[in-house]
Amino acid sequence: MLSRFLPHPLLSLTLVVAWMLLVNQITVNSLVFAVILGLVIPVITRPYWPDMPRLRHPFRAIEYVFVVLYDIVKANIEVALIVLFKPNRDLRPAWITVPLDVRSPEAITMLAGTITLTPGTVSCDLAANGHAVLIHALHAPDPDVVRDTIKQRYERRLKEIFA
Amino acid sequence: MTHDLPLWGEITVTVFLIVAGLFALVGSIGLVKLPDPITRLHAPTKATTLGVGGVLIASMVYVFATEGRVSMHELLITLFLLLTAPISALFIAKVHLHLRETPDTLPEAPDSVGWAGYAADGPARGVREVPPPEPGTTSTSI
Repeated sequence: MLSRFLPHPLLSLTLVVAWMLLVNQITVNSLVFAVILGLVIPVITRPYWPDMPRLRHPFRAIEYVFVVLYDIVKANIEVALIVLFKPNRDLRPAWITVPLDVRSPEAITMLAGTITLTPGTVSCDLAANGHAVLIHALHAPDPDVVRDTIKQRYERRLKEIFA
Repeated sequence: MTHDLPLWGEITVTVFLIVAGLFALVGSIGLVKLPDPITRLHAPTKATTLGVGGVLIASMVYVFATEGRVSMHELLITLFLLLTAPISALFIAKVHLHLRETPDTLPEAPDSVGWAGYAADGPARGVREVPPPEPGTTSTSI
């Protein structure tokens, strides 16, 4: 019964919150419309997500968001310093292969996005069997350190979040 | 009409705007200064995120200081920025991989399966040739 009218509770909640933020004021009117959207859109789009991702620890996801936000600020400052004060000939750009332990497409997408947003790295490609990502580092005198940081700081957390 | 901004609001908004402007400037400097396309990609994906973020925080503080309400639009803009920035970066990186690099200049993928971007006939989604479904049936195998 619940699955028929509310097939994807998390999507419904996201839609309600996103609509309230768009309207930018809390009135009964907008809340009612937000709830209607939150109920109708998941039902209509049901065929588009045949196997929906499951979160094992939603609260870990919140912790993850804050870790990433903090790292984005840190990454910005680091990259800004490199751009301003490091001559080009001292730059050590490097291609790095990061083997993956996570397998679900959602977790890999999150990891790749996080890598792009954080310290001096951009994710560029995925191995054909999905078992590794290729990333480019702006300044990596020691590529192994970058790889280990990514695996421990982000991938370990994502593995706990996605079942 | 113009709102009067209290002094604390004026100072906070100014600080955030200046910091944001500095980061946006550094991002643009990086675009000019760094040696090749793939390193140039690093400057705008990061420095500009914080630049826009600073402007949005300044906007929230301004609305709060003048009208006394919390404006949440900015959070949504931040969210969409964080969702879209990696995707455009990935597109530029892919272009670079195809124009300036070959599989030989990149590190080897584990299990020697190659990188998905080069494996045009490989298992990567969207590039594999799928036979057209028989009329009257629905194809579920992708």
